[in-house]
Formats: sequence, C-alpha cells, structure tokens
Amino acid sequence: MKTSILRTESITKVYHTGAVDVHALRGIDLSLFEGEVVVLLGASGSGKSTLLNILGGLDRPSEGRVFFRDEDLTRLSDSALTEFRRDHVGFVFQFYNLVPSLTARENVALVTEIAKIPMSPEEALDRVGLADRMSHFPAELSGGEQQRVAIARAIAKRPDILLCDEPTGALDSKTGTTVLEALIEVNRSLGTATALITHNAAIRRIAHRVIYMTDGRISHIEENAERVAPSEVSW
Amino acid sequence: MRALDLKLLRDMRHIWAQSLAIALVLACGIMVMTLASGTQRSLTETRAAYYERHRFADVFASLTRAPKQVLDEIARIDGVTRVEGRVVFTALLDLENMREPASARVISLPASGGAILNLPLIRHGRLPEALHQNEVAISEPFADANRLRPGDTFRAILNGRKRELVVTGIVLSPEYIYTIGAGALMPDDRHFGLIWMRETASAPVKELEGAFNDLTLSLSRDANEAAVIDAVDRILAPYGGTGAYGRDRQPSNVFIDGELKQLGALATVQPPIFLVVSAFLVNMVLSRLVALDRAQIGLFKAVGYTTRTIALHYLKMTAGIGILGVLIGWGFGWWLGHEMTEMYTDFFRFPWLLYRPGPWQLVISGILGIAAVILGALRAVRASVRLAPAVAMSPPVPPVFQRGWADSLGEMLSLRQTTMMIVRSIIRWPGRAAVTLFGVSGSVAVLVVSFFTFDAIDLIMAELFEHTNRQDATLTLSGNLNDRAVIDAGNLPGVLRAEGIYAIPIRLVNGTQTRLVTLQARAPGAMLTQILDTEGRAITPSTAGVVLPEELARRLGVAPGDSLRIELLSPPRETWQVPVASVIRQSLGQDAYFDRDTLFHRLRQTPQVNMIHLAIDPNRLTDLQAKVQETPAIAGFTLWEDVRNEFVATLSESLITMSVIFATLGMLITVGVVYNAARIQLAERAHELASLRVLGFRRSEVGYVLVVEQMLLTVFAIPVGWLAGYGFALLMAQGFSTDVVTIPVVVTQRTFALAALIVLGSALGAVLFVMRRLDRVDIVSALKQKE
Ligand SMILES: Nc1ncnc2c1ncn2[C@@H]1O[C@H](COP(=O)(O)OP(=O)(O)O)[C@@H](O)[C@H]1O
Ligand SMILES: [Mg+2]
Repeated sequence: MKTSILRTESITKVYHTGAVDVHALRGIDLSLFEGEVVVLLGASGSGKSTLLNILGGLDRPSEGRVFFRDEDLTRLSDSALTEFRRDHVGFVFQFYNLVPSLTARENVALVTEIAKIPMSPEEALDRVGLADRMSHFPAELSGGEQQRVAIARAIAKRPDILLCDEPTGALDSKTGTTVLEALIEVNRSLGTATALITHNAAIRRIAHRVIYMTDGRISHIEENAERVAPSEVSW
Repeated sequence: MRALDLKLLRDMRHIWAQSLAIALVLACGIMVMTLASGTQRSLTETRAAYYERHRFADVFASLTRAPKQVLDEIARIDGVTRVEGRVVFTALLDLENMREPASARVISLPASGGAILNLPLIRHGRLPEALHQNEVAISEPFADANRLRPGDTFRAILNGRKRELVVTGIVLSPEYIYTIGAGALMPDDRHFGLIWMRETASAPVKELEGAFNDLTLSLSRDANEAAVIDAVDRILAPYGGTGAYGRDRQPSNVFIDGELKQLGALATVQPPIFLVVSAFLVNMVLSRLVALDRAQIGLFKAVGYTTRTIALHYLKMTAGIGILGVLIGWGFGWWLGHEMTEMYTDFFRFPWLLYRPGPWQLVISGILGIAAVILGALRAVRASVRLAPAVAMSPPVPPVFQRGWADSLGEMLSLRQTTMMIVRSIIRWPGRAAVTLFGVSGSVAVLVVSFFTFDAIDLIMAELFEHTNRQDATLTLSGNLNDRAVIDAGNLPGVLRAEGIYAIPIRLVNGTQTRLVTLQARAPGAMLTQILDTEGRAITPSTAGVVLPEELARRLGVAPGDSLRIELLSPPRETWQVPVASVIRQSLGQDAYFDRDTLFHRLRQTPQVNMIHLAIDPNRLTDLQAKVQETPAIAGFTLWEDVRNEFVATLSESLITMSVIFATLGMLITVGVVYNAARIQLAERAHELASLRVLGFRRSEVGYVLVVEQMLLTVFAIPVGWLAGYGFALLMAQGFSTDVVTIPVVVTQRTFALAALIVLGSALGAVLFVMRRLDRVDIVSALKQKE
C-alpha cells in the first residue's frame, strides 16, 4: 500500500482581480505518494502553478484542505508554514531564481545553512554533475547549469518533496535532458517525492503518474506501466 | 561566512558609490555635531580648570574709594570665602614706534606676596617687587602685539606725568581670557593691555593709599549669590559702588558664555538637516534594492527563511552605511574639533588646552546617526517583508501609466515624447521625486544658512560703522566734565566737529529680570552718532522715557509703554520708575538712551560729559594724537578705523573657514541626492533607454531624458530650499544672539542666488557623471534583461 505524503481535499483558489474573479482551481482532490515522480500536464493558465504553490505552502487555497502526512497545512500560521517549507520542501523554478551575487556553492549553502540535516553543498552539486563549477557566479553558467544549481539547492536539505515548476521551460532539449536526468537521479537515490510541471507532453513518460489539468480541474490521471529514461525522451 | 552575509557584502560592493554618497551626507551631520559639542565641552572644561586653579572670583564690584577696613565687613557676609580689594584704573601709554595713544588697565597686586583671587599665571619672568616702584608685569597678548619682553621698558602717563616702567614678567589672567578695552567692540591687543603693579606703586597714582576702588570675592559652594550681591551693594553704596555683579555679568566670562552658546546652536540647528536627508536617501536606495531583489526575496521565503531574517538582512546593509557615515563623521569631527579648540585657545588666551570631546557626545551622535538611516530603511524593509513569496517570484507587473492631465497638457504644448517620458516618470514615482526634491532643498537650505552669516555681519557692520557710529575717533574722559570740555575738544588740532556724550552705569529691573547697562545721553542735534528705530530711520530719544534696544527689551520682558525700574549706580544713586518710550535697532552692545535735558533735569544737575566723539581731518591726526597724549583729562582715545579693521580681521578668519566648510557640506548633499537618484533612474530605465537607442535616438537625446528630469526636480527644489533656509536662518539668529550681540535676520538676494547656483552646478555635475555610464550600457543585453 502506497502512503501519501501530500493530500488535498477539494481545494479551490479564486483570485479577485478588479471586476472579475479568476477561478484558478475549482476543486482538486489529489495525493502525492512517497518516492514517486508525478508530472503535471496542462495548457497554460490551467492552474498548474497555483496548485504547486499551494502544495508547497507558498500560497493558501481559498477553500479545501491540504495535508502533509497527518498535518493540516491550511491551519498553520505563516511562520509555521515557513518552518514546513524550510524542513520538507525543495523548489525548482522555470527561471532558476539564483542569487546573482553568490557563487554556485554559496547559492546552495544559502539553504544548507538553515536546514536540519543537509548534505554538504559540494555533495549536492556533485549529484547534479556540477562539482567543477562550484565557484562560478550564475552569470558565468549556462542556462542548464544554472537550473542544475537550482536543483542542487532544492535537494541539499534532503527534502521530502521536490516541486518543480517548468524546470526545462527555458531550456533547449539537450540541456533539458541533463536537468531531468539530475531530477530522476535524485528521486532514485534519495527517494524524494517529486512533482514536475511541464507543458511538454513527451516528458510525461519519465513519471510514475501523469496528472492532466484543464481549467482548474484534474481531467484525468494516468499511470505509466513503463517509465523511460530522460535521455530517451525527445522533444 | 554565511551565504546571506556574503550576498550582503557583494551587493554593497555593487552599490558602494551610492552607499558612500549617503554615508558622506550622514558624516557631515555627525561631524558638525561632534565638532561643535566636542569644542564646546573642551572649552568648558578648559575654562573650569583654569578658573579653579587660578581662583577666578565669583563676585565683582567697582567703586570710587573705600578704606580697607570695609574689606573686613565684606568678608563677614555669609557665604564669602575670600575677599580682595584692589586699585584698578586706566592709564594712557606712550609706546615707541606708535604715534597713536594706547591705553592699559592698571591692576594692583598686594604690597607683598601674590594676588588673593584671579591669580596671574606667569608665562615669562616674575611678578614686580614692591621695592621697585617702576616694575610691572604685563598681559601676554599685549606683550606679543608690541614685542615687549622681560627687561624691556615703556612709558605710561600716570597722574599726568610720564613714568618709565620696566617689564619683569609676562602673564595671563582668568579675569581677562577675553580682553576688551573700555568703549571698544573687539579686542585690540596692540592698543589695549593689562598692567599689574604693586599696590605701593599704583595706589599713590590715584591717591588711594590704604583704600581700594575695585572689589572681587569668592563664594562658598552653598552661598546665595544674589544675597551676597545685595549685601555688598549695601556696604559699598556710601563709597560710590556702581553695583556688584556675578560671573554672569563679568565681561570676559560673558563673552565666552556667548561663544559656548553659539557652539551649542551649531550642534543643534544644522545636523538634523543632514540626518533627515540621509534617512531619505537610504529610503530611496533601499526601496530600489528591494524592488530589484524581489525575486530573490520570494526565493528566500520559499526556501524557508523567516521574514525576520530577511528584514534583518536589509537592516544590516543600512547599518553598514550608518556605521561608515558615523565613523567618517567622528574622525573629521574629532580632528576639526581639535583644530577649532586650538583656534579658540589662541583667540581667548587660555594658558593651555584640554581637548576633551566627551564620550557621551560621541555615543549620542552615533546613535542618532544610525537611528536616522534605520528609520529611513524601515519603509523599504517593510515592503520586503510584505511580499508574498508566490507573488514575488512572478515578474513584476509593468508600472501602470494612465492618461491624465499631464498628457493633455503635453499634447496641448506639443511636447516631444522624450519630454513626456520625463513628466510621466515624475508623476509615476512621486515618492522618489519627492525624496530628490526634499534632499536638494535641504542642500539649498544649508547653503542659505551658511551664507546668511555674511549677510548678518554685513548688516551689523553697516549699522555699526555707517549708520550709528560715523565719528572718526572717540575720547574717553577720565571723569565727568562740564559741557565746556566739548568746546575745548573742538579746538584740538584737526578736530572738525566734537559732540559730547554722558554715559553712566545703571541697572534695569523688571520683576526678576535685571541687566547692568550703560545709559547714554547725547548732545542735542548730535550727528556723529545716531540712534536707529527698528525700520532703520534715525530718531532722537523722546522726552517721554527711556529708549531700549529691541533685544534688550525682549529679554527684560518689556514693550513700549511699559514701566521699568532704573537704578542709577553712580551718584545720586536714585531709583526711578520710567516708561519705555520706544525700542531701537542695536546689534552690538546694549545701551539705553535718554533725552539729555530730561536726564539732567531729573538729576538736578547742569549738563555734563564723559565721552566726546570727534570728526577729524585725517591729515592732522599726528598732531591730534600728540596733543591727546599730554592732556591728563583724556583717559582713552579710540580711532574707529582701527576698530573697524580689528572687527573685520577677527570675524573674517573664523567666518570664512566655517562658511567654506558649510558650503562644501551643502554641495555634498546635492551630489549625494542627485547622484543616487540618477543612478537609480538609469538602472531602472536601462531597458527603456536602450530601446530608444535601438530606435535610433542619439546618446545625447537619451541623456536628455536623464539630465532634464533631475535638473527639473532641482529647479523645483530651489524655492522650497530658500524658504526652509530662511526658517533655519531665523533659528540660527536666535541661537547665536547673546546678551551682547543680536544677530539680525536678513537674507540677501545674493545669498539666495549663490545657494541656487551652487546647487544647480553640483546637481548638473552629479547627473553628468552618471550619464557617462550610458556609454557602458550594452544595448543588446539591456534589452534581453527580463527586469
Ligand atoms: N496572482 C494572481 N492574480 C490573479 N490571477 C492569477 C494570479 N496567479 C494566477 N492567476 C490566474 O490563475 C489562472 C491559473 O494560473 P496558473 O496557475 O499560473 O496557470 P499555469 O501555471 O497552469 O499556466 C490563470 O488564469 C492566471 O491568470
Ligand atoms: Mg505556470
């Protein structure tokens, strides 16, 4: 029996912007299981990022509840939510969001310094194949390398959950592949539950499960009987 | 080092020039505070130590003549610890190589031993010996100015006869830290000195053997000064006492008090401007930084940094700027304070200097400095704290520009699009425009206040030497003489016109407020000296009552029409209740005026004079001076040309130094503000400006957008700064006015214009300096940047 690490109960999210209300999420029931890789697929504006942000405790749902193991995240205070992110969640974003004034190693150290049981920044960078780029500043790294630093930064705290919002969105297919390989490798060796947003359908084949979203709802979920390695995905 | 701190250091290196500019503005404020309070404290301590070690007296009185037995009676007054009766008088001197007469105050020393109070401090040689009647010690400033050394001789006119005196010692006295001759406005060390003579030699000159005409005494710690003064006045009244007074009326002490008060004003009026401007600058720079760091702040929050840590991160950066500014300010303040204390020590003739800027003053200025920048940072830091992580990481929404009145106006005037960009930018970021406006106007205000000092001095000089005192010379008579003396003076060689003055010491009393001043009565139809009303028109004192300087009336708490008590401190020693007839303008000195006939009618005397103003033929000055020297009835001779030169020399040195310092500080503010504003603008609009370049605009056309926005704000700031400057001038005038000097509030167009020009120049310089960076903006990469 698979145990769920994150679970949502009919969550909705409404943005009130001026005259119109935008219903970004219209009732989502979803579980993320220990150790699995999930790909979120859907058109732009379908609510993927909103869902991911709520799962990671960056945002709160308008209605519904989110559970981390047995803990109700929606009832936590802001500072408790900060603690939750600090201890359990790693984020990777489309635009890397590295601190430009810090080197690769220092960007990772930013997280290891406040984590409970971190790995060393060197080890984290080694895992994403950047052991030799440690003292480079973001501006001296290619896009793929920057994204791998971001992954190293996300996994260095040994998170329970890794949330990636279009990590390959800004990359060409070859560099995208190296980034995905890094993610899959981390999932395999550390068992980190990973949710990955993309609007590139080909990538879905690397996941255990694929969640399709349309218009703020989950339209269907499919399980991959057979996963392929990122290097075999072409796009 | 922690990664967050590393980011801090590197970010600071990136904005070092801007941080330095802010730190310098802050440093200016801290420097002025440190300098003024350090000098003030050092002078206070030096003076206290000098007074203590040399037994500066607590109460002073002069009288006509009293037998020495009276001293015992005075010593018995409750609270009196030491009493000294001296013989003090003024004598004319005949110095080699000096045609004009000089004068000296002759002070007696006891027949044997040293003085009891106000001990002279021997710098060279020794005190005169009682056996040698012609031995004297002289004051150091006078000795320096006339190149007299122990062993040298000079001649004095004592009791109508020329006597040769031998200098045995050069001394300083706590009683004369600031020495000023009778009727003079400024120290004149060449023409006025102090002579210490044994009583056995000096008393016979005034026929005061076994008697005294000057009293000083010291008090115990718990003595009641007012009660002692009353008792002394009662005892001395039969002996022609002219009113005892405490240290608060002792001329040398009062003058130093005034100077200390001015240093206090310096420490409080200007520094706040600098502190507030640096707070605004920090706000401007940090707001920009937080806006730039938006995505990073979101990330910090996403990965679990607490808001407190993030807020602290930006506060640390601010504190860094604050600490730098405070350290620079302390450094320069300490050094300049030392220089300034030294300058004062020389000017005031302290024997030594204790430079003791108090640690507390430093601590307080430091705390104020850091607090100012932290306060400035709070708004920006609050914005960083408020950012929600999810929002922070999505790119910022482009600023909303709305069509408004400015656009319609622009269309109406058919302004160019680049000009419209400027107008919209100012309207879109009113906060930043306001900071620039405020900062630059602060700079204008500082300059206005600095140059205002010159305006005030000019006005005082014009009033003093052109409007009120138009005489060439003034004779001080050795006693009261019949009116005929004026006619005699008119017959002296080279004298074109002579006008007599009768001046007596009085005490003005209104409730608890009392002032010792001189009451003057001028000859009818006097032309050489004039009295000006508050509008600057010459008036004659009315027969209705006493005429007072505006400031004196204010301090006594009386207005025209009010009744005032006048106590005559010379015979007939009466007390009158007199209405205040009117108030007049008098910046320097405090004299009350009375109509002559009314005065002598009240005194039941025929008119007398004790001072004579002269208009003279400059070609016959030598003859006049020679004649004056051999006339025993004349105790002093003042040439107004000398007074004026002395006045200018004394003021210009210290004033010019101060004004140069403040003008530099004022410029620094403008440079700091405009440089920061332009840098931020350039960074924020790099994309926009690069786009203009892509579209084919020339560099100069792009620069136009940058330069004109800053200059436009500068121009708007000038009138605001003028207004603020006028307000600060008002505060300054109040802070610098003392019992003896009233600073008039006049700000000339020259000052306004100069302040504006300097600010415009500095602003243009700063923005052009920033414009050079346009060369370095790579068009293509600027366009690629997502921000
Ligand atoms: N902060 C916000 N304010 C208002 N509307 C928002 C905000 N964030 C997202 N939305 C809206 O919510 C919907 C879902 O957005 P998002 O979750 O970003 O979609 P996706 O990541 O699938 O492209 C969109 O219509 C978007 O415009
Ligand atoms: Mg998205």
